Amino acid sequence: MSLEHSASQREAGGNATRQPASRRETGRRPVTRRHRRDAHAPWWQHLLALLVVIVFLAPFAWLAIASITPAGALLDRPLRWWPKTLDLSRWSAIATGGAATPAGGFRQAMINSTIVALGTVALSLTVAVLGGYALSRLRFRGHRMVLLGFLSTYMMPPIAIVIPLYLILVQFGLLDSKIGLILVYSSFITPFVLWTLTGFFDTLPRELDEAATVDGAGRLRILVQVLLPLCRPGIFSAVLFASLLCWDEFLYALIFTSSSSSKTIPVAVAEFSGKFSTDFGLVSAGGLLAALPPVIVALIFQRHIAAGLAAGAVKG
Amino acid sequence: MTVGSSAVSTTPPGRRHRRRNGRAALLFLAPAGLVVFGLVAWPIIRTGWLSFHRVISPLPTVPTESVGLRNFSTALTDPALISAAGRTLYFTLVSTAAELTFGIALGVLMAQRLRFRWLLRAAVLLPWALPTVVNAAMWRYMLNADYGPVNALLTQVGLIDGYRSWLGTPLSALHMIIIADVWKNTSIAAFFVLAGLTVIPRDLIEAAEVDGAGTIRRFFAITLPLLRPVIAVVLVLRTIEAFKVFDIVFVMTRGGPADGTQTVALYAYITAFSNQSFGYGSAVALLIVLVVLVLAMIYIRLLTSSSGPEDR
Amino acid sequence: MSTSTSQLPRRTFLAGVAGLGAVGALAACSSGSEAPSSSGGGSTPGQLQGTINGLFMKQAGYSEQHIRQMAAAFKKANPGVTVNMEFVAYEALHDKIVAAAAAGTYDLVFIDVIWPAELASKGLIADISDRIPANWSTDILPGALNSAVYQKKFYGIPWLLDTKYFYFNKAMLSKAGIEPSSVTTWDGVAAAAKTLKSKGIVKYPLMWSWSQAEAVICDWAALTASFGGKLFDDSGQPAFTSGGAVQALEFMRRTLVDGLTNPSSTQSLEDDVVKVVSAGDAAMGLNWTYMFAAANDPKQSKVAGDVVITEVPNGGAGRMSVNGSSALSITATTKNPDAAWAFAKFVSSQKIQEKYVSDSLPIWKASYDSPSVIKSAPEVVPVAKEQLANMVNRPQVVNYNAISQKLQVAVQKALLGEVDPKQAMTTAAGDVEQILKQ
Repeated sequence: MSLEHSASQREAGGNATRQPASRRETGRRPVTRRHRRDAHAPWWQHLLALLVVIVFLAPFAWLAIASITPAGALLDRPLRWWPKTLDLSRWSAIATGGAATPAGGFRQAMINSTIVALGTVALSLTVAVLGGYALSRLRFRGHRMVLLGFLSTYMMPPIAIVIPLYLILVQFGLLDSKIGLILVYSSFITPFVLWTLTGFFDTLPRELDEAATVDGAGRLRILVQVLLPLCRPGIFSAVLFASLLCWDEFLYALIFTSSSSSKTIPVAVAEFSGKFSTDFGLVSAGGLLAALPPVIVALIFQRHIAAGLAAGAVKG
Repeated sequence: MTVGSSAVSTTPPGRRHRRRNGRAALLFLAPAGLVVFGLVAWPIIRTGWLSFHRVISPLPTVPTESVGLRNFSTALTDPALISAAGRTLYFTLVSTAAELTFGIALGVLMAQRLRFRWLLRAAVLLPWALPTVVNAAMWRYMLNADYGPVNALLTQVGLIDGYRSWLGTPLSALHMIIIADVWKNTSIAAFFVLAGLTVIPRDLIEAAEVDGAGTIRRFFAITLPLLRPVIAVVLVLRTIEAFKVFDIVFVMTRGGPADGTQTVALYAYITAFSNQSFGYGSAVALLIVLVVLVLAMIYIRLLTSSSGPEDR
Repeated sequence: MSTSTSQLPRRTFLAGVAGLGAVGALAACSSGSEAPSSSGGGSTPGQLQGTINGLFMKQAGYSEQHIRQMAAAFKKANPGVTVNMEFVAYEALHDKIVAAAAAGTYDLVFIDVIWPAELASKGLIADISDRIPANWSTDILPGALNSAVYQKKFYGIPWLLDTKYFYFNKAMLSKAGIEPSSVTTWDGVAAAAKTLKSKGIVKYPLMWSWSQAEAVICDWAALTASFGGKLFDDSGQPAFTSGGAVQALEFMRRTLVDGLTNPSSTQSLEDDVVKVVSAGDAAMGLNWTYMFAAANDPKQSKVAGDVVITEVPNGGAGRMSVNGSSALSITATTKNPDAAWAFAKFVSSQKIQEKYVSDSLPIWKASYDSPSVIKSAPEVVPVAKEQLANMVNRPQVVNYNAISQKLQVAVQKALLGEVDPKQAMTTAAGDVEQILKQ
């Protein structure tokens, strides 16, 4: 009884996808009816919201405009906010440029980043599902210490381990390779996924396990067949945060990769903005392109943000 | 200390049962442990070793020598590091305070019954999803003294009388980096607050509404106190992230002008990779770890003790 | 020096030259593609095999496109060798060399004239003294030849010979009624800038690369030399606390105070100077050779045809500049030193360098009298001939980077008016002496 109670409460914090909606259904309807007059927020709040939208969207809008403005026009004073002639050459270069061109190198970096992100998410999700199950379902000595140990590695500043990590990668011949990067990224993504998933497993009633055990299922089967399907929201949110973290990571990639076959997008952007400082439009196009995948992923999975946050995630 | 006083505590299992569980737990946790500790614990031990040595080349062929605590004593009296630490602290305090304040306001705003609320949420989502390096490159262009759109806009609307060199003087550059950081990271604070708001019982707020409390009073009397645990989490997390700041500075200013934006993480990087003082760089990095660990302790305390909205 | 190593490159070199004609036609298509069949041009395929990875700078000097053409020509002569190239900005170059060293990622790296001491003493680049042909010491200009020498040993193949020149916009000057001959001294430059500003021709006549980077040291070193000062004395100790070094700094500061220098200079690099001058928002500036082509290219510049290259103005001790040469070093970890050497020797050969003279001037003495070279860069070569004979080196010390960082901060503090120039230099001297002792 008490268990169910705590579980359902946890879900309120942990699972924003269904819960707030249902809460709205049951709890608020009469209230809304009572306050029909102010069903919507006052005008000044709308104004404020509009201001926020402008502040957040304006830089993106300018990057988009700059990317189709001729290079010379971007150096005009006073700056014109809409170009007299459109210049689509940068986008076509990015779309069709050969592998040796800067634009082609940029495409390669996007591919590298995608592979590294997918690999990292796959690896850390696999090990974290197993670990999260143990931390949620099995009582053992040092349980708390293990959990905290994992969590504190997540906080570790990369600069503190980058030098020896570099030497280790050299030893195993993994420097300047995507696999090396996947392993390194997994080391800080896993604790985060583990933490998130442990929280989600905790929300699932233990009766489920017990029922399955009676049926004679082993632990691994219970985990895969019973628990995993039920914590899909947790997995979504873990995937969202983990892939964004991978796409964002800079210091390790800066030091561990150098050839175009392993360089990730943040490194490419940093180099790009240094190399082509003579054409702001190319930098703008590159920046927009690099932002596209994470923005799309975030928009698709946005329902799962709150769940990730409640489990203690952060990206920044 | 030993027993896990975890959120879901059931009947204390028997000792034998626990030992059997222990073996299974070991099995289940081994892969994660291998990935995490193999790539963190061992390197951090190596960093410890490096910090007691003079290592001047990335190649193992160049000999190293043991220097005891000299790297640490140098670090604690290194004027460049001390001023970088002060600057990092300032950056941390100002950016975290701003992100929290704006984040709370924005989170509350997002929870309101707005028309086109999806548009607001999508707009807030963008800076959060934007990679830090792209954000930095973008602001470097925005703030370009000669051709940046910020100068163009501000002069065209008459807010400034001539183009300014925003990143050209130390104090101005530091604040521009803070602005760029706040622009991006306010979003995450807002999402935290929004997540916290969804679990505040509406009856409480509506009861106050019936009592005739104004929006502002309602916010300070009810919403804010209830958000305290969430705010604490955001505060500590943002503090940790801000203290480790590297990417945005590296791309926007590289620590200049006149070291005006040099932070501790950037200083450790330059010491190690530009000056090839790997030993000293490691010592500086370990000092950063020390600070972060203290902050992390606070964070973990918040998460596991009073924390999580659910335990209230 | 074994005969085989000395002869092989020569043969490949000649073969490469024979193939050059075809290269121009190749230029248009992406250089990642296969070179045309080696049967054409009568070239003998070289016996060299394997892959070499090179790390190059994308910025001043030869353009990426031209370096790829050179590689294509090399590939044609040596079908067995594949050359992969990475291009990074100067600011990222050093750390990349260090970070990639242990992995052995690169066989050949582009190094700045200030790095050989550091990279050689730390075992990152190889001593190639045995390979250097005897005629180089007489045929190559000393500024380039010594660009990769440390403790009398060669650690690189001289490649780029560069120095800072003074550029001005002749249209702007004539509009203000200023004779070009008056900008041959720094006093004349300051006076011209005042006139340009007061006549409203340009708001900030002067643009510099005074960001916290090596660039500010280069500008300051050039001015120091022209003011008759030295950054370091002959025993390698700081000499910048008095004389020309401080005068130069005071001059730089004064142009900022008087509003003659664009205040964005303290956040700008060489590319920004090119951009601002090319956009017609500055009349004068110091920069490397590459600016001449860039600022006079109608595709990139609004003032193409107006930008004149001259020697650094005189501050009292002559029209002195700073040596900004660079070399190609074979890494200590390479598994294919022969191919790396052959490639480096090929791209630094007189024929190749003369072909791409508009990007960068040859390191070969003879080139400066060659009619075809003079013809292809008639404005640059005569100026370069003078300037290259009058340039100073920055100190060749193991901890140059650490010293340079201290100086960058001190110079910037003086420029920004945070500290008096003399005081800033005295403080920096203390720090630098500390570093030199390590």
